[in-house]
Amino acid sequence: MNFDLSKKTLSEVNSYLQHIDLKSNQRDFVIKNPLGNHALCAGLQDEIKVTIKGHVGYYCAGMNKNAEVTIEGNVGTGVAENMMSGLVHVKGNASQSAGATGHGGTLIIDGDASSRCGISMKGINIIVKGSVGHMSAFMAQSGNLVILGDADEYLGDSIYEAKIYCLGKVKSLGADCIEKEMNDKEIKHLSALLEAQNIKADPKKFKRYGSARNLYNFKIDNVSNY
Amino acid sequence: MCGIVGIYLKNKKYNKQLGKLLTGMMNNMASRGPDSAGFAVYNKSSKFKYTVCLQTNFDLKDLKKILKSKLTNTKYKLIADHVVIETSTKPEKTIPILKSIQGIDLVGYGKSIEIFKQVGNPKDVVKKFSLDKFSGSHAIGHTRMATESAITTDGSHPYSTGEDECLVHNGSLSNHNNLRRSLIKNGAEFKSLNDTEVAAGYISNSLKNKISLKETLMNGLKDLDGFYTFITGTQKGFAVLRDEIACKPAVIAETKDYVAIASEFQAMAHLPDVNKADIYEPKPGIVYSWGS
Repeated sequence: MNFDLSKKTLSEVNSYLQHIDLKSNQRDFVIKNPLGNHALCAGLQDEIKVTIKGHVGYYCAGMNKNAEVTIEGNVGTGVAENMMSGLVHVKGNASQSAGATGHGGTLIIDGDASSRCGISMKGINIIVKGSVGHMSAFMAQSGNLVILGDADEYLGDSIYEAKIYCLGKVKSLGADCIEKEMNDKEIKHLSALLEAQNIKADPKKFKRYGSARNLYNFKIDNVSNY
Repeated sequence: MCGIVGIYLKNKKYNKQLGKLLTGMMNNMASRGPDSAGFAVYNKSSKFKYTVCLQTNFDLKDLKKILKSKLTNTKYKLIADHVVIETSTKPEKTIPILKSIQGIDLVGYGKSIEIFKQVGNPKDVVKKFSLDKFSGSHAIGHTRMATESAITTDGSHPYSTGEDECLVHNGSLSNHNNLRRSLIKNGAEFKSLNDTEVAAGYISNSLKNKISLKETLMNGLKDLDGFYTFITGTQKGFAVLRDEIACKPAVIAETKDYVAIASEFQAMAHLPDVNKADIYEPKPGIVYSWGS
């Protein structure tokens, strides 16, 4: 089923996709002419596939649950912010705060993500095939941020228990973020993340970064919560 | 919030559509700044060497009468409540005369700049000035959500504090009072209590001292404390700078025909071939410039 945002309003399209009639078999949707609209595909809850043909604005696929959203273009601030589950795939570049506060699901960005990618992430997996901007994974609590390119300044500033894997150069690490051992368990973990998305990269070549645990009160008894 | 937009044409075939393209960009940024709007268009086509833009409540007839004995060989264009004077007299002579007349507000001057601003919804403002009829080589626009000073024409962007210079700003500066005082000591004049006018004055002061625009903006990273995405226009082009935290948005779309910058992609969604453009965010603390 096709929607054309130059003919239908944003609320009409969003409302339709947010209230799918589960008795029908319609699960595939295409949105044409997104024209940089904000909050497109925000709050989807069902197992549907949406392809957006073009560039979108802020908070695309925010709060996503179950849905698979592909954006054939660039996205503005806060793509997949607070995502709960599902998959969001950006084929272009992403603006700042991609995947912010995400609880679950996977966000893949084929291009670059700008500053604060994965800020305060809480369990989401973010894979950036390009590079990330400054302050990425700021206060990241749990989940994985995988960067195939480089990272700008202050990566992982004030990080909690999220894991960062970076293949390229890291300009600088933020407060309380340190390089950590890339042991067999970690290589296996990263390998599974990459394989799940058919990404061909050697997990052994990545460096891992995480919390030095000096900035917050880390209790080993709580480790299973992260 | 505020919305900023700019377009620089690489291909002359779009020169006649410049105003139309900028109109669409400003209309789409109206939601980011509903209080006032303004724009600067650069167009070198007049047989006169200089243009001066004024805002005035005088009738054109009365204005001509007042200026008749003071300015010779001039052409007047009335556009809404702004008057564009085209003249061959040097600004050094024209500007003090115009400043001395009560009821005239100088908006900007230079060899190719025409600059207009007014309070009201940007969609109405661009209509009043018939922006869609303008042609030129590059243009900059602003839609304002007022924070640092009152909603007046003096508080609206772009700010022009030097020949062919203009500045639009999304953000706020926290050290503008101190900086204003030190610039006034160096001879700068300010019309408002607005923070952006101080940044414009800072840039003009530096350019006056023969420091390049790029170096000026890089020095600004140290001297201007606050949040900003700036677009600064010159006779030849424009430059973009974001502060090092980069909270204030900006996105650039570049094709073989033009470079466009805006606070949000939405502003550029109607531009020709934008879906084939190279679209990226300017990185913090780096000066991007075209033509200038």
